[in-house]
Amino acid sequence: MDEKLKRDIILEHYQNPFHKGLSDNPEYITVNSRNASCVDNINVSVLIDDGVIIDARFDGDACAICTSATSVMAKTLIGKTLDEAKVIVENFENMINEKEYDSSVLEELNVYDTVYRQPNRKTCALLPFRAIRDIMNKNENK
Amino acid sequence: MNRDDFPILETGIIYFDNGATTMKPKCVVDKVVEYYTEYTSNAHRGDYDTSLRVDKEYESVRTKVKNLINAARDEEIVFTKGTTESLNTIVFGYMQKILKKNDEVLISKSEHASNVLPWMILKEKIGIEVKYVDLDENYAVTVENVKRAITDKTKVISLAHVTNVIGDIRDIVEIGKIAKENNILFVVDAAQSIGHVKIDVQKANIDFLGFSAHKMLGPTGIGVLYGKYELLNETDTLEYGGGMNAFFESDCSYELKEVPWKFEAGTQNIAGVIGMGRAIDYILKIGLDKIHEHELELKKYAVSELKKVPNIKIYNENTDSGIIAFNIDKVFSQDTAIFLNRFNICVRSGNHCAKILKDEIGITNTCRASFYVYNTKEEVDKLIEALKRQDEVYDNIV
Repeated sequence: MDEKLKRDIILEHYQNPFHKGLSDNPEYITVNSRNASCVDNINVSVLIDDGVIIDARFDGDACAICTSATSVMAKTLIGKTLDEAKVIVENFENMINEKEYDSSVLEELNVYDTVYRQPNRKTCALLPFRAIRDIMNKNENK
Repeated sequence: MNRDDFPILETGIIYFDNGATTMKPKCVVDKVVEYYTEYTSNAHRGDYDTSLRVDKEYESVRTKVKNLINAARDEEIVFTKGTTESLNTIVFGYMQKILKKNDEVLISKSEHASNVLPWMILKEKIGIEVKYVDLDENYAVTVENVKRAITDKTKVISLAHVTNVIGDIRDIVEIGKIAKENNILFVVDAAQSIGHVKIDVQKANIDFLGFSAHKMLGPTGIGVLYGKYELLNETDTLEYGGGMNAFFESDCSYELKEVPWKFEAGTQNIAGVIGMGRAIDYILKIGLDKIHEHELELKKYAVSELKKVPNIKIYNENTDSGIIAFNIDKVFSQDTAIFLNRFNICVRSGNHCAKILKDEIGITNTCRASFYVYNTKEEVDKLIEALKRQDEVYDNIV
């Protein structure tokens, strides 16, 4: 993907994030995820029904990479089954950690395919995915 | 000033993260290398020349530290691995023994984690109350607000001398006087002030104090716990082992060494202590007044120049230390710091371990530029030039 297009997508999601703001609905599972270097701090909140992600929202205070990655993740995961979501999460994590991955499942999340070049940004990109993993675990144990 | 003494500056780095740690002058590095290459031995153990030399060098640093903070005697100086260990020893070695349920400890919301968390844990353990001095409109602690916060249950006042985000210098002499008048113990976190401003523990009636050498041009992993002699005698060490005991027998009888050696269990950071001693010599040779004056001049200059740059918010323009907390409007602090790194400018972003300060200043994250002896106005100019190019912050984001 063209570098400028990637940057435009990231900035668009940073400046006008998708589904920023949490729902009052108690059916949502919400987790907080923070970067150990004490900067990014987000809440990710997901509504799951019958094995399908019905809605994904977030709020918090985070850098451009973390905020936009959370936004793109929310947009990508809505409508996916939990099994599909797991595949996306795994492949995204592999992409950031420079392991083999399948770009065909990542949709717009492919814009982060060069984040690995900036080690200080990797945790930022991975933060929402840590949250979604926690949420899926919580859902399994419900 | 003295830039030639810091070989790392030759790389062109513009280092404005002195609140986190400082660069090391060559003389400090040489002193450490000298120990490792010429007389490596353990302290307080040997009967041979190199070991005796270690003892002499090691113990001479106690005197240097005593003089630096004007302690009453060498034995009031304990070597620790840094401010964090010092404060933890104060809280869990002494305060835990003498404080009771509902006793109040007065801190502020701009304290560093190491002057907050130990007290919170002590609250969990024995039920003390952690109270906060109100900050004024500049987010500073004033003597008046300290007075107002004292109740008949206040047993301890524990404050940073200089805070690490706002950089306000607390009037420790006046606060120490109030503490004494009210029979309150006074603990000072000197991590940000040591090597920047003068400290006189006797004049300020300080009961306990901690600092780290690496924030004053010394090595990492070494610092100091100061305590009044009679208080240190009542303080328990948090570690037991070699070097700190007088004897122990199979019937479980034992005796510990005297203060300060009872706190220094196991082989100590000898190279660190010796390097710290050289850092103290170096700083005193320049002069603390001169250092402070230089930092203030840089801060004033940087503030006046930053004000000319659009969209910059400064959070602490009125404090008298070399620390500036700022943000570019609508840009997350970490994004700014990563952008500045492109110009080889090092600033810190985040909450700087002062995680409850957000209650007061209403924002969770700032960029922090903190100055020291070797920083120059030319370097500040480069920061300003970079910040003027703020439209490019996101150009290289991927």
